[in-house]
Amino acid sequence: MKILVAFKRVIDPDARIKLTADKTAVDTESVEYKANPFCENALEEALRLKEEHDGEVVLVSLGGEDITQTIRAGLAMGADRAVRVEIEDKALDSDLAARIFAAVYKEEEDVDLFIFGKQAVDGDNNQVGQLTAQYLGLPQACFASEVEVDEDAGEATVTREVDGGLETLAVKLPAVITADLRLNTPRYAKLPDIMKARKKEIEELDLDDLEIEDTALKIEVVSLEEPPKRKGGEIVGSVDALVEKLKNEARAL
Amino acid sequence: MAKILVIAEQVDGALKKGTLSAINLAQQIAARVGGGFDVGVIGSGVDGVVSGLQGFGAGAIYKVDGGGFAHYLAEPYTVAVKALAEKSGASFVISTAGTFGKDLLPRVAAALGAGMVADCTALAGDGADLLYKRPMYAGNVIATVRAKTPKVVISVRTAEFDAASPSGGQSPVETVSVEAGGGGARFVSFDGTESERPELTEADIVVSGGRGLKDGKTFWEVMNPLADALGAAIGATRAVVDSWEEVPNDMQVGQTGKVVAPKLYVAVAISGAIQHLAGMKNSKTIVAINKDPDAPIFQIADYGLVADAFAVLPEFIQKVKAARG
Repeated sequence: MKILVAFKRVIDPDARIKLTADKTAVDTESVEYKANPFCENALEEALRLKEEHDGEVVLVSLGGEDITQTIRAGLAMGADRAVRVEIEDKALDSDLAARIFAAVYKEEEDVDLFIFGKQAVDGDNNQVGQLTAQYLGLPQACFASEVEVDEDAGEATVTREVDGGLETLAVKLPAVITADLRLNTPRYAKLPDIMKARKKEIEELDLDDLEIEDTALKIEVVSLEEPPKRKGGEIVGSVDALVEKLKNEARAL
Repeated sequence: MAKILVIAEQVDGALKKGTLSAINLAQQIAARVGGGFDVGVIGSGVDGVVSGLQGFGAGAIYKVDGGGFAHYLAEPYTVAVKALAEKSGASFVISTAGTFGKDLLPRVAAALGAGMVADCTALAGDGADLLYKRPMYAGNVIATVRAKTPKVVISVRTAEFDAASPSGGQSPVETVSVEAGGGGARFVSFDGTESERPELTEADIVVSGGRGLKDGKTFWEVMNPLADALGAAIGATRAVVDSWEEVPNDMQVGQTGKVVAPKLYVAVAISGAIQHLAGMKNSKTIVAINKDPDAPIFQIADYGLVADAFAVLPEFIQKVKAARG
């Protein structure tokens, strides 16, 4: 099996997000970066499928040279090689990202699965896997919590976390899957694997190589703001006081 | 004059209430840019859904009704929405931002060559330059975005928009014939979470429990009577659904789970991680019960009670019942 995994670098999701003074961007001064947690789930699932079915796991990342460390972390987890497409983060929206992923898919040939995280925890768009599937005319199974592949049947059976329960779909390969958090627990890279990852290949491509000419963004960020602060913090002394406030002040009962 | 198409969310012929929030957004866009909205209903045996959408002022209700659409699947539904958007002449296509809309709408956007605004929480600007607000970074940043494409697809964060109010009148209903086509996905089964309680994203009152409730069994022993007393839906934190298998995943409230904004949200033994707050901080009134006075949840709660939930809940339940009559 040949599996592509979209692998994105994000600002540490546990860190406090600050905006630049002009409120057009997030302040990246002295922030720590990590792999997007959902992308780690995607990679972990690809590695498990490879262990079961053999084959190759290829990371696909979009960004400048500074994302190399994140790519190496994915290679240390066990991916065989990586493709980095050179582009500035601010030159991307979900749509262009999807068209780049679709172009890499075509370049790679004979791909069985393209696994994404269900969303990146910076933009929280939850679009790129679905867009890529549509651009490639592939079936999709999003928000996966369980994946089984039957190579002979050329099919994956995927359980999806949807509103109201769990849905199971069968998708013909090749297909796009997006990973939910409960799909698996991503492994930690072991020291020898971290050493080995330094020697693994990271192929570098740019938009010309992929023959992408239309780089116009479909969605443009005009400004950013911090959400209005909620005025909380009142501590009540007893259950009686709480119920009284809920009934007479908030009128919530 | 813009045309807006609202795609109804329905499950097995029952209309999801969030659709009415999507209609509210459509009405707001129509008021800003001029024009009107149509509604599209896709499924099998959806006449009940169609009648439930009468009286909201839609220019037309388009119906795609057939066995090929009995179960939602992204590929055939994309074909159907695209056909309806063309029929309607829509430059805006709107639906709900639950798992239905999140799965479907990006494909629709790609099929229409449209930009997509995910999780829209408000509008800004005017007809000449319509802008959209949407949360990023777990709701810690609100972005204002502009769509640069002639067509726009929008998923609506339904908790941020009241349900549209009926205005009376009848919208003409037109059946549109669409070939479901093949597509590479096949529905196998659905394992529904059975509950007699209101649905999380639609409930007026939500009670949620956190890791402080010890284990999955205790979670239910504590939360069930509280939900009964308030007529509430039950939610949980990510830590709870991750750790205790008795608590299903679709109960998770948070950035990566469900976003709720009920009239009353009661957080029981929840510390208030960023990722949880992202899913509930727009609730009208928030109550936090936690024994740790330094828990971050108290900073956003309207009313905090510093107490051991196990100790105070029986009294709270009894007094809530008395207060509600």
